[in-house]
Amino acid sequence: MSGAATHVRGKKTLARTILGFVDKGVVNAVLVIVAIFWLVPTLGLFLSSLRTVGDSASSGWWTIFTTPAQLTIENYANLLANPTITGSFWNTILIAVPTTIFVVIFGALAGYAFAWLTFPGRDWLLIVVIVLLAVPLQVALIPLARMFGTLGIFGSIFGVILFHVAFGLPFAIFLLRNFFTQIPAELLEAARIDGASDWRIFVQVILPLGGPAIASLAIFQFLWTWNDMLVALIFTDSGSQPLTVAIQSQLRQFGSNIDVLSAGAFLSMIVPLIVFFAFQRFFVQALLAGSQK
Amino acid sequence: MFLIALGFLAPALVLLAGLVLYPILYTVVRSFFSADGGAFVGWDNYVTMFTNDSTFTAIRNNVIWVLVAPVACTVLGLLFAVLLEKIKWSTAFKLIIFMPMAISMLAAGVIFRGMFQESPNLGVVNAAVVAVNSAFGGGDAAYPGANPRTDVGLINDGGVIASEAAVGAGTEVNFPLVGVRADNVPASAAQAESADTASADQITGTVWLDVVIGGGGTNGQIDDGKTGLPGIRVDAVDASGTIAATTETDAAGRYVLAGLGTETYRIALPASNFDEGYQGVSWLSSGLITAVIILSYIWIWAGFAMVMIASGLSAIDRSLQEAARMDGANEWKVFSRITAPLLAPVLIVVFVTLIINVLKIFDLVYVIPPGASKPAANVIAVEMWTVSFGGGSNQGLGSALAILLLILVLPSMIINVRKFRQERKS
Repeated sequence: MSGAATHVRGKKTLARTILGFVDKGVVNAVLVIVAIFWLVPTLGLFLSSLRTVGDSASSGWWTIFTTPAQLTIENYANLLANPTITGSFWNTILIAVPTTIFVVIFGALAGYAFAWLTFPGRDWLLIVVIVLLAVPLQVALIPLARMFGTLGIFGSIFGVILFHVAFGLPFAIFLLRNFFTQIPAELLEAARIDGASDWRIFVQVILPLGGPAIASLAIFQFLWTWNDMLVALIFTDSGSQPLTVAIQSQLRQFGSNIDVLSAGAFLSMIVPLIVFFAFQRFFVQALLAGSQK
Repeated sequence: MFLIALGFLAPALVLLAGLVLYPILYTVVRSFFSADGGAFVGWDNYVTMFTNDSTFTAIRNNVIWVLVAPVACTVLGLLFAVLLEKIKWSTAFKLIIFMPMAISMLAAGVIFRGMFQESPNLGVVNAAVVAVNSAFGGGDAAYPGANPRTDVGLINDGGVIASEAAVGAGTEVNFPLVGVRADNVPASAAQAESADTASADQITGTVWLDVVIGGGGTNGQIDDGKTGLPGIRVDAVDASGTIAATTETDAAGRYVLAGLGTETYRIALPASNFDEGYQGVSWLSSGLITAVIILSYIWIWAGFAMVMIASGLSAIDRSLQEAARMDGANEWKVFSRITAPLLAPVLIVVFVTLIINVLKIFDLVYVIPPGASKPAANVIAVEMWTVSFGGGSNQGLGSALAILLLILVLPSMIINVRKFRQERKS
């Protein structure tokens, strides 16, 4: 605010400053309470995972503050000694990593074509992609279960990857196409005058410049696939199931399986949380860039 | 040129055509066939959808979800995004609220199932509810599970602990009790002491926990180490069943019933002393289950709305707001007349995204409700899974439900395409 205005409305500004101060105190207090409310659920799960089934059956996790002797890593030790859990943890990686790689590669290829190549029907095809952004994956469950059965890949990790890649592509194409169109045309022209083929332009100009967008997509897709339960519930069997499916099978006896459930749920959260805190800027960008998924 | 483009597009197009477009057509056709796919049944599956109880509950719940969840998330997100700008630790706050977006809905489901457990000893929400309730005087000292010592002339009559025989004024009636959990004895309780000798119009006595921690003592005797039970209501009941006098025990468990006549009375500790007391709310019961699941959804997605809206806010030109403030507009006017209209495009994107997402809600509803309240919590995506894979094996009805979901997202698809075309033109 300029000096003149302060002078003219001196009284009002003083009043506003005081009001603003009170206001700030209230806002801070409210947001602290909100933040606590948002943290308690995760904290509760984490502390529950550090108590034995017996303790969890007789008292709540908050008693850990008065009797810290309850703390134990027993649940995690048991979990890591359980071949079903370790196997499904490995399966989760085997599903999420290839899915992310394929979605990024196929999405980038198609994104480049939609952004910089001219071909008949391009706009219509792009509109089809945009329509597919919102298609609920439920419409594909029954036919693909049948198709994968015929192909002999129902219940395999490959089948789940195929499903995730197909349903990840519309978002990938949309996101990368939007980003690639913002690359300055002069850069591509210069490369073309130097006699570079489309393939070389793609590899040497588009991919390096598209790095941030590709990272955003990769993180988004990785978290999405890592956290999926529905597709895996239908398309995997006991040998190929990821962590989410292995954990949900313990839900029927919530109380007596709380050790596996709490430690298992927290185990399944560790990788996404690391990815999230390390790369949250990219994750946010993926959401901002077109979040209709 | 065309061939080059085809080369770049081929992998994506093959996968989209084979694994997304073809399945849509297949599911549309399949929805007109019977459970095993053997017979054409016309619109039967769609009729069943709206007449079958469990499917109809699912559709009704989806309507509730769509009406409540996106609005709640958007409003909270907007509120957080606006308030954020006034604090110094906004990055930390954003991370805290946004963090649930990174974890699986399964993990979120396990978290909320645990938090809303019924027993106040296990579920943090009911623990808080009960604590607040007793802070406002709702919870008197309660001793659930208490029973009298046997062979001391006391009986447990349907929860009421009373003297077996009626006694006249001037006597002493003691109540040695067992079965009281140590953590139910309040901190104010002291060593039990014998009551003073009763005068002519009084009946006195002591109510105590007849157990010495660590063993020892004689059953039925007030020994060292036995605690009095304070706050227990004691009634003197005459032959007609009227309560002639009533009092409460003190810290040492003693009571004095005064002003009694010449009749005989039975001394009774009414059942209200021994019931469980207030136990909080049955969150996971059929009536409240959907509300709890929607709450867990808000916990996850309010952060998404906040981040989207906050970035929309930061893109807004601040000079307009400053100018309005200079002209004396208050904060609410600045927000409602200037900020909100400028934010409208972002709010619409957030809202549409949430609606698409809420329509397909599956994991949380699959995970949170215990068996008994699963039917009450049902939604379309869960019902679709149940009838086609989870034991129902009616893939005709399952296909029809999937197509219903597709029809429900159609308006959002149209909005997406329109938005894209407008951006193209401009």
